[in-house]
Amino acid sequence: MNKIDTFILNPRLSKTIQSIPPSGIRRFFDLASSMAGVISLGVGEPDFVTPWKMREASISALERGYTTYTANSGLPELKKEISKYLQREFRLDYNPEKEIVVTVGASEAIDIALRAILDPGDEVIVVEPSYVSYAPVVSLAGGIPVTVATDKTSSFKLTPEAFEEKISRRTKAVIFCYPNNPTGAIMTGKELERVAEIVVKHDLLVISDEIYAELTYDRKHDSFAAIKGMFDRTILISGFSKAFAMTGWRIGFAAGPPDVIQAMIKIHQYTILCAPIMGQMAAIEALKNGMREKDEMVNSYRQRRNYMVKALREIGLSTHEPEGAFYMFPSIESTGLTSEEFAEGLIMKEKVAVVPGNVFGQGGEGHIRCSYATSMEQLQEAVKRIKRYLDSL
Amino acid sequence: MEKGKIKELLRILEENSRLEPQVLSEMLDLPLDEVKFTVEKLEQSGIILKYSSIINWDKVEENDHITAMIDVKVTPKREVGFDDIARRIYRFPEVKSVYLMSGAYDLSVVIEGVTMKEVAQFVSEKLSTLDSVISTTTHFILKKYKHDGVIFDDREDDKRMVVTP
Ligand SMILES: Cc1ncc(COP(=O)(O)O)c(C=O)c1O
Repeated sequence: MNKIDTFILNPRLSKTIQSIPPSGIRRFFDLASSMAGVISLGVGEPDFVTPWKMREASISALERGYTTYTANSGLPELKKEISKYLQREFRLDYNPEKEIVVTVGASEAIDIALRAILDPGDEVIVVEPSYVSYAPVVSLAGGIPVTVATDKTSSFKLTPEAFEEKISRRTKAVIFCYPNNPTGAIMTGKELERVAEIVVKHDLLVISDEIYAELTYDRKHDSFAAIKGMFDRTILISGFSKAFAMTGWRIGFAAGPPDVIQAMIKIHQYTILCAPIMGQMAAIEALKNGMREKDEMVNSYRQRRNYMVKALREIGLSTHEPEGAFYMFPSIESTGLTSEEFAEGLIMKEKVAVVPGNVFGQGGEGHIRCSYATSMEQLQEAVKRIKRYLDSL
Repeated sequence: MEKGKIKELLRILEENSRLEPQVLSEMLDLPLDEVKFTVEKLEQSGIILKYSSIINWDKVEENDHITAMIDVKVTPKREVGFDDIARRIYRFPEVKSVYLMSGAYDLSVVIEGVTMKEVAQFVSEKLSTLDSVISTTTHFILKKYKHDGVIFDDREDDKRMVVTP
């Protein structure tokens, strides 16, 4: 329990839930969605509709009457396809029967991974800026999030020095995400090796959220589990939301050492039972036949990234080049505004929605997150408006 | 420009021909001059034939634009085969496209007219009177659902929330 006066607590609600601040995105969402004509660079999901193949596979499954529960850990065929995919792309050998669980989005996988490994008071290192859920979900699992900041001086990569400084006797695990939401940073195999050394030295587990693994633009993604000595320490989290434009289907998965995965399946079984079958059927189709569609979407993100990096730099926002995911994280420090002031002014004056960097935790202040998962027309118009806004400051 | 990039450029232009060279050069991460030069080359060599828009005429008020697809059977001529008659047909300005087909007929001719009468006149007076034309079967398009890769009846708008994780 941190920084909360027990005197003002609502006795009906748990102390844990009251200690968690409401999502910073929420406020902007409410503001932005109440306005008409907003160009949104605030979305964290693909602008593509799920390719027809996957939709068709799911419709056909429904027609054939696939409307039931599946095995708790997921359809055996889907787990086999996931295992083949991880082997093919990252040279990882997971046994589909014991080392893979299909979840309701990567979100559930993160949750049950933390619940499977944490005892009350255990610390988890959260590398920030990061996806907004990690720290709260650590708290919900009874753990204590300890944040380590990355910043533009290290291109938003985790440095071994900063990492090791935060490790204590109670540290159980570290959670991070590369390619990163919100910065678009990725880490190379070499850089991950240096992090791995610290992991071994302090005997930690790693939750590696690789949901953006397919969305890299300059080089192929290196999976953390493939780093020497890390296979048995890594819980690899991924899912179908981003690469296959399947956010609404709620299908994700975790792969890892059998003891951890079996523990996760226990929680999954008692709380969720299983992921929805229609989504699992679509996911099978995605892995079997959806790679070309995925490649086309990635190519389109790449073109937009190229455009946006140059366009934002040209109008005076210093921007670290994102190598993966579909976000960029330009610095707005030169304006003298806080990220919230900047984002709020931008939406009020020019109707462009971006997310203030401070909601992503330590290291995020002074930046805004812009998603380029939107059409070229919208991006061009957004750049025009941002320029006008900057000129007005 | 290397082949892969040229294909990528063509795909972008096919999707949206209004993007300016400056933007194209940024999207492709190539120098502006190279992009301009390549586009010119592609135009000159007849790879880029035309920049056009796809119009949903059904949405235009008082529209009586109609499209007909005509199956044409012809007797091919010695030496020139079907090319000669195809050329005769495609030079008519009302003809939108001409394809040589395998199967039940030889040429597929798409024509656009402002009125039904114009189409009828074209078929009866110009097309069927051509020497090698044996028969024609005219089909009118009643409704366009999808044309050139664009779905007409359910343009999907952005259903996403304005801000999400
Ligand atoms: C880093 C990261 N992990 C997980 C998720 C959630 O993914 P899912 O839709 O599979 O639950 C997101 C969504 O934005 C994300 O950015």
